[in-house]
Amino acid sequence: MGALAEVSATDGGAGGRPADRHGLRSGPGRLLVTLYAIFTVGAASRSLYQLSTRFDEAPLAYLLSAGAALVYALITVVLVRGGERARRLGLAACAVELAGVLVVGTWTVLDPSAFPDSTVWSTYGMGYLFLPLVLPVVGLFWLRAGGARPAVPRD
Amino acid sequence: MLTPLTIAVAAAAVLLGVWCAVAALRDQSAKDWHYAAMAVVTLLTVVQLVVGIVMLAGGDRPAGDSTAVFVSYLVSVTACVPVVGMVALGERSRWGPATVAAGAFLLAILELRLHDVWGGGVG
Repeated sequence: MGALAEVSATDGGAGGRPADRHGLRSGPGRLLVTLYAIFTVGAASRSLYQLSTRFDEAPLAYLLSAGAALVYALITVVLVRGGERARRLGLAACAVELAGVLVVGTWTVLDPSAFPDSTVWSTYGMGYLFLPLVLPVVGLFWLRAGGARPAVPRD
Repeated sequence: MLTPLTIAVAAAAVLLGVWCAVAALRDQSAKDWHYAAMAVVTLLTVVQLVVGIVMLAGGDRPAGDSTAVFVSYLVSVTACVPVVGMVALGERSRWGPATVAAGAFLLAILELRLHDVWGGGVG
């Protein structure tokens, strides 16, 4: 991880002191990036397995899981890399994620028959302690704040 | 899959999680003793990995057609605590132990799932 940070600190991009670039994944960001990484691995392996073994059973659910995995992966990368452009991309991805949880959650409540098998976003992520609903909200706040810690002096 | 061992790993994981959560709530960073505890939990998961592999090699199979799922859970279980431990290493604030706590609780959940998969719960 350390090496990755050095690389991202030197490649260009809009606005940023090195401190900002590290900010997204330090402090609370450390926990947030870990949770996103866990959800990425979980959703990706689950959907890969389901798509490859029983796609026909619940194609919609499995494709949605795969889509969710991609969004989680994107946000994980954004948080690790940091920087202003990544931050904006992350905000958009978190908004998509939140919309996804709300739409799919509502959909599964109203029409359970459309989803013979569950996804990470079913019933607003109830099977995952509602973390799929909590994560994008926390992520949006974290990214809005720029991940900057008050301890880091700003000039 | 050896139920007592699964319970032991899950219980150890919950203890580790609670301990680290308490440290995070008290605004402390992860100390050497936390890392010692992580090593103990990791050792238990390695034992479980070996036992699982030996059982598979001996011809035992999880219920249904879920060997691949079982193996992936087994590997995730072993990797879980070392990974969050490494993530926490560079963090000198309360968020280090908070991250470890999240990983430890995840491990406890993974143990439940591992047990389900071996016994024929849904993959």
